[in-house]
Amino acid sequence: MDQTDTLAEIDHSHVTFPEGLTLDCGVTLPELTVAYRTYGTLNAERTNAILICHALTLDQYVAEPSPVTGKPGWWDSVVGPGLPIDTDRFFVLCANVLGGCMGSTGPRSPRTEGGEPWGIDFPPVTIRDMVRAQKRLTEHLGITRLFAVIGGSMGGMQVLEWAATYPDAVFAAVPVAAASYHSAQNIAFHEVGRQAIFADPDWQGGQYWRTGRIPARGLAVARMCAHITYLSEQALTRKFGRRIQAAPKAAEEAIGLFGDMFEVQSYLRHQGSTFVNRFDANSYLTITRAMDYFDIAAEHEGDLAAAFRGTRTRFCIVSFSSDWLFPTEESRAVARALNGVAANVSFVEIATDKGHDAFLLDEPDFHRTLAGFLSGCAEHAGLAE
Amino acid sequence: MSKHDPVRYVAKNMRLDLALIAGMIEPRSRVLDIGCGDGMLIEHLFRTKGCDARGIEIDMTEVTRAVAHGMPVMHGDADQDLAHYPDAAFDYVVLSRTLQAVERPREVLRQMLRIGTRAVVSFPNFGHWRVRWQLLRTGRMPMTATWDRAWYETPNIHPCTVRDFFDLCAREGYVVERWLAADDAGRRAPWRRFPRLANLFGEQALFLLRRA
Repeated sequence: MDQTDTLAEIDHSHVTFPEGLTLDCGVTLPELTVAYRTYGTLNAERTNAILICHALTLDQYVAEPSPVTGKPGWWDSVVGPGLPIDTDRFFVLCANVLGGCMGSTGPRSPRTEGGEPWGIDFPPVTIRDMVRAQKRLTEHLGITRLFAVIGGSMGGMQVLEWAATYPDAVFAAVPVAAASYHSAQNIAFHEVGRQAIFADPDWQGGQYWRTGRIPARGLAVARMCAHITYLSEQALTRKFGRRIQAAPKAAEEAIGLFGDMFEVQSYLRHQGSTFVNRFDANSYLTITRAMDYFDIAAEHEGDLAAAFRGTRTRFCIVSFSSDWLFPTEESRAVARALNGVAANVSFVEIATDKGHDAFLLDEPDFHRTLAGFLSGCAEHAGLAE
Repeated sequence: MSKHDPVRYVAKNMRLDLALIAGMIEPRSRVLDIGCGDGMLIEHLFRTKGCDARGIEIDMTEVTRAVAHGMPVMHGDADQDLAHYPDAAFDYVVLSRTLQAVERPREVLRQMLRIGTRAVVSFPNFGHWRVRWQLLRTGRMPMTATWDRAWYETPNIHPCTVRDFFDLCAREGYVVERWLAADDAGRRAPWRRFPRLANLFGEQALFLLRRA
């Protein structure tokens, strides 16, 4: 599985802020680039903008094919004309997160003009740093208040951080399959992934660009491990059960355990091997660390409700019944903290056996909930039909 | 999920009930409707009275329907979730035909009058003459249009009468600002000055309470 860096140098549409960005860790990035995509039209009053925050390994190509993989946009069943996030009505915006590898400033960015990439030396970023970078983008576009901020998983963390950090800039917030902090179990799974990357001989201390050989095996194992957490036992059983997949012909002679394999093995290997073609290992380390350090309550003396005191944002919290990575109870805790400051909060658990990944899949109840919440909010915000 | 949740609430004839409840609520007030179902009352209060009305509902199917309809409703439970709200967060807290089904009715009332300035409570009256007559005549748990589930599967674990409720309000020091008894279709019955008659002929009762 020797692999070279296939993350093509694509020119993602972006904006660069030459003044840079000071991070929570105290380091100032000398220059900040935010790569982003937009859909729909910003109205004259600039009041119909919806910011979508993407999850760990996703990107800004929400509703159009990814230029890297050619696959359809990751939320193209949710964002588009007449869809729950209706681009005939709303101006939809999504930025690659700070620390990412799809055009925004991250470990792949040159450390100095024309120099080597940051690599492992890229400063640690937080979810709040990601949000600050997005805030720069919205200001650049002349948007003072977002009609809504919406995101699943790590995107949901960003939604909560937006609402806590810039309450007046968020009319409505939809954190989906998220939590106010990353649990010990989630950190543990991330650590397995990181250790797999470090254990790869091609890791090369993170300076793998020098040889052109990327730590593909380690990154693939990290993805396989993480992918299990995105599914549920029921979903795995339904999709694969204990079915065996015949070994390729060449291996027919090799009778035994390692000729044939379970379908679930083959599926995971496929997930791992395709991932390395579209994601950078140093970005994976940077972003997983940002998620691990996420804890909104800790930013407010341990009091989650305090993060939202006085908020006028309308919240819609969505969880999925079979999601064990971000279980419903963690969403409920956020809902209760919001109750504690008398915030306007809707809270729905969608019944599904698809696990955490349900937020990306065809879940009609979720899509109806999202569409209904947004149109209710649009009425309160005085947005025309 | 919802099919495993205990069935907690009796079917509601909301269309008629809500008109009576809405009649007790001032325009432009902050309202929390506990057991709001698909959000019919909060939508009514928002559209006709400009209220900031929100809901809590235990049945997830109803919650999804309400939110998908643009109503601010959260999945929750009268017994569990009221404790998380701050004092005096609402002008009115509504509990419609649900008091008899909660685990701790007295605590729920206390919470309602902690988080709200006023409480609007409606419940089916177990003192209605038909209930009394059935118990007397047959010696068995009454089954009527209102009390329509067998004792072993009813969600209504805390039935009470109009007089019982007056008594509880007195014990807890709640002021009954308004009250009325109505038939099951929500039509107001004419015994408002006579609790004993209301307790005999009213199929449901509606109270507007505040702290003393």
